[in-house]
Amino acid sequence: MPDKIRISLTVNGVGHDVLVEPRMLLVDFLRDELQLTGTHAGCEQGVCGACTVLLDGETTRSCLLFAAQLDGSSVRTVESLARPDGSLHPIQRAFTENHGLQCGFCTPGMLMAACELLEHTPLPEPEDVKDALSGNLCRCTGYQNIVRSVCAAGRVLATAENGSHPASETAETTGASA
Amino acid sequence: MTATAEPSVNEFGQARKRKEDARLISGRTRWTDNLTLPGMVHLAVLRSPVAHATITSIDVGAAKQAPGVTAVFTGRDLADEQGSLPCAWPISPDMVAPQAPSLAVDRVNFAGEAVAVVVARSAAEAHDALELIDVDYDDLPVVLDMEAALADGADLVHPELGTNRSALWAFDSAEVGTGGDVEEAIRGARDNGVVVKRRFRQQRLIPAFMEPRSVVMDPTGEQMTLWSATQIPHVLRVMIAMTLGVPEHKVRVIAPDVGGGFGGKLQVTPEEIITFLVARRLGKPVKWTEGRSESLVSGHHGRDQIQDLTICANRDGTVTGLKVELLADMGAYLRLVTPGVPILGAFMYNAIYKIPAYHFACTNVFTDKTPTDAYRGAGRPEATFAIERMMDELAAELGMEPLELREKNWIKHEEFPYTTISTLTYDSGNYEAATARAKELFDYDGLRAEQQRRRAANDPVQLGIGISTFTEMCGLAPSRVLGSLSYGAGGWEHAAIRMLPTGKVEVVTGSSPHGQGHETAWSQIVSDQLGVAFDDVEVLHGDTQSSHKGMDSYGSRSLTVGGIAVVKAAEKVVEKARKVAAHMLEASEDDLEYDRGRFTVRGTDKGTTVADVALAVFAAHDLPEGVEPSLDSDATFDPENFSFPHGTHLCATEVDTETGEVSIRSYASVDDVGTVVNPLIVDGQIHGGLAQGIAQALYEEAVYDEAGTLVTGTLADYLVPSAVDLPHFTTDRTETPSTTNPLGVKGVGEAGTIASTPAVVNAIIDAVRHLGVRDVEMPCSPQTVWRAINAARGQVKSTSEGSTETAAGGGLGSIDSQHGGAR
Repeated sequence: MPDKIRISLTVNGVGHDVLVEPRMLLVDFLRDELQLTGTHAGCEQGVCGACTVLLDGETTRSCLLFAAQLDGSSVRTVESLARPDGSLHPIQRAFTENHGLQCGFCTPGMLMAACELLEHTPLPEPEDVKDALSGNLCRCTGYQNIVRSVCAAGRVLATAENGSHPASETAETTGASA
Repeated sequence: MTATAEPSVNEFGQARKRKEDARLISGRTRWTDNLTLPGMVHLAVLRSPVAHATITSIDVGAAKQAPGVTAVFTGRDLADEQGSLPCAWPISPDMVAPQAPSLAVDRVNFAGEAVAVVVARSAAEAHDALELIDVDYDDLPVVLDMEAALADGADLVHPELGTNRSALWAFDSAEVGTGGDVEEAIRGARDNGVVVKRRFRQQRLIPAFMEPRSVVMDPTGEQMTLWSATQIPHVLRVMIAMTLGVPEHKVRVIAPDVGGGFGGKLQVTPEEIITFLVARRLGKPVKWTEGRSESLVSGHHGRDQIQDLTICANRDGTVTGLKVELLADMGAYLRLVTPGVPILGAFMYNAIYKIPAYHFACTNVFTDKTPTDAYRGAGRPEATFAIERMMDELAAELGMEPLELREKNWIKHEEFPYTTISTLTYDSGNYEAATARAKELFDYDGLRAEQQRRRAANDPVQLGIGISTFTEMCGLAPSRVLGSLSYGAGGWEHAAIRMLPTGKVEVVTGSSPHGQGHETAWSQIVSDQLGVAFDDVEVLHGDTQSSHKGMDSYGSRSLTVGGIAVVKAAEKVVEKARKVAAHMLEASEDDLEYDRGRFTVRGTDKGTTVADVALAVFAAHDLPEGVEPSLDSDATFDPENFSFPHGTHLCATEVDTETGEVSIRSYASVDDVGTVVNPLIVDGQIHGGLAQGIAQALYEEAVYDEAGTLVTGTLADYLVPSAVDLPHFTTDRTETPSTTNPLGVKGVGEAGTIASTPAVVNAIIDAVRHLGVRDVEMPCSPQTVWRAINAARGQVKSTSEGSTETAAGGGLGSIDSQHGGAR
């Protein structure tokens, strides 16, 4: 077995100075070494998007990267979204208010991908959301409520940027033809 | 004492946000793969790369020496212990079934079958060592095609069985006495009506739940504990006991958070048995988690049938008979309910229509492929697809409007309850109302007009409208009916309610959610029944230690069976509380009125609540004579009938006649699932169901090459649709309450999947029927559609008879005519 490699990286704002096996994937590093089990391995080949994390602010498949590549990087996972007091991020709130998840396995990846989208496109149209999430598979929801969730979160975040409080409800009005 | 929140006005029908979500959106989930136990080692499975071969030798020497390796086991090592994986649905007395070892011993019968396992300190080391195992295979002829498999002299999957035919199951309305003779009906229609014959192919699908399966087994306690990503923890415990001869009370099974199932986790898997046995041997906790390719190749598949249908009708469109002959691919083994899946369809081909003569025959066939078993809808999507396609074909043959043809034949709302030719009694329904609403939402008439314009203009992109007016039988339940179908278990469900001294409530359910939201829905039900706040209810499930009894979740049964068990348990709590309340209020029980948690003495303002009674019972200082100091109650509910949700789904597709590309322009569905506990959850179930049904129509297929290798073994090859691949769904509901349960609810989990596939395919064919296309095989990829269009342009047929003759072995019924099918 080749020697372990020393890396320094920040995960969810916490610095780690660790030795890792050269072949250890980022997703396994997060789950097995840091016990951040909110990131899920769904296909190990970058297709399903369940393992999506933010690497220096950009979405990345944590199943396609070795931890050893990440010296000096900053990683954000789903565990970083809620505030330390447990209050939810507007994107998380929008997902629960719009029933944007069922089994929840794909959800952390969806949330992180949505974070990146809303960073660049604060008020996305449904088609923008579909494009941005097209690399994240969900088997439960049929995506419609995920798209609604992300659009709703965008509106809340945009309102917050404009000075009002983001705590307002993010649920979309549901009509008969939801 | 803890303050108890005031209950809201009425929980039933509220779009409550789900209780489950908080942990799921913040990464605090409890998947099986998240577990780490002291001393735990990891198991990896070596799988056969070939579809059919004799194992001549396995050399595990090098693997045993590999770094970190604890042990290596082959099938021979476990042969004395592993038994045969259970099949709980022997559909006929003469069904033939092979031995089904968890770890292959002498022979492999499909590519992906487990042949050896390595246990190591880490999962990576276990996988490394797999590569050092040397297996010698002696190839055997590979059996892949069902019709070839049934031919005389065919190569055999299981030579010891002497046949590739597992069973023939038949139902005939003339024999059972529920209707006429279908051959007579067909003869009559040949002379004086129309006969339409078609062959459809239900391609093989893969459930493709997002959470890969995982098993952790801890053999170190008094009770050995098995965690598994399963839909059926309770069934699994019984089956482990029966398969391995392990004392049942020494086994605890836990299904923690489970990431989707869709039937795919309705199984007793080889890996559960292997992990159990290996951990017990080693005396330490063992974990197995599959990779995605392992999941796709070795988890059971679904569908895979060839359907030959003949429908006959009078010239006015009145259907006079239906004949269905199926070949159903079992794959290499009979798993938990494999043989019964196509039989669930037997009762659904007559669908919502009044069909006076019906014959059904299904031949179950072995092939060297991954075993099939339940996948969302299980038998009913196949049936619904076939009959809804046939109604469109019949309409085309008669030159009738396809919705009018359906209306002419469907059961009218005033005719319920209605006993069908296949012996089911539909308790309720209103097909007229659902269809009227769907037409309105969809702008049916407007789209038909546009279709005419585009057809007249010879637009290269043609518009098609697809219809699916479906019903299904779900809430898999009545134990006596399941018994009449030779199903190996009952269909009841259990629930218990524990009233805590502070007025909070624990609900124990035998249903086993894996994404549906039972914690939320059950809390809503109990909140109304006992007058406690939604947040004061905790739902316990998926652990045989806390929820000791259950039949688990599948077949859209949780609410209609498990939810009603919760109601029944709550009623018992109220009855117990009534005695104590009367004593506390110094009133006669007969003078007490009860409404949502509150007892009042009739005609006075004196009253008390269930919560107050719970505290009084806890203290037990002053209880009436002979009253036990407990309100806790349990109930086991076994319904009298299935649940029959129905609906009308309309799909508009645009088909590019030059490229074959299909795009869904609009999709409208109106589902009637009875009364609704939580509309948010119901809409979510419909959406997800639609996605899977549409995916069968357009995208998904498990494809094998001629050597029996699954070539769609990754999610890059097996096309689970993404957000950009699906249309916007316009959904609505009509509510015709079920008359067979006190809440009026019907199942919803499978409805969208069952209904949507034929709507899409009918729409595609409707777009190009004028070009001579009568069928497009699923999945309707651009290439398939393009080929169908071009084949039709070359040789347009006008005959109503299909070109392919039936090959299924229809014939003698194996059903007991005295007892019928599922009366």
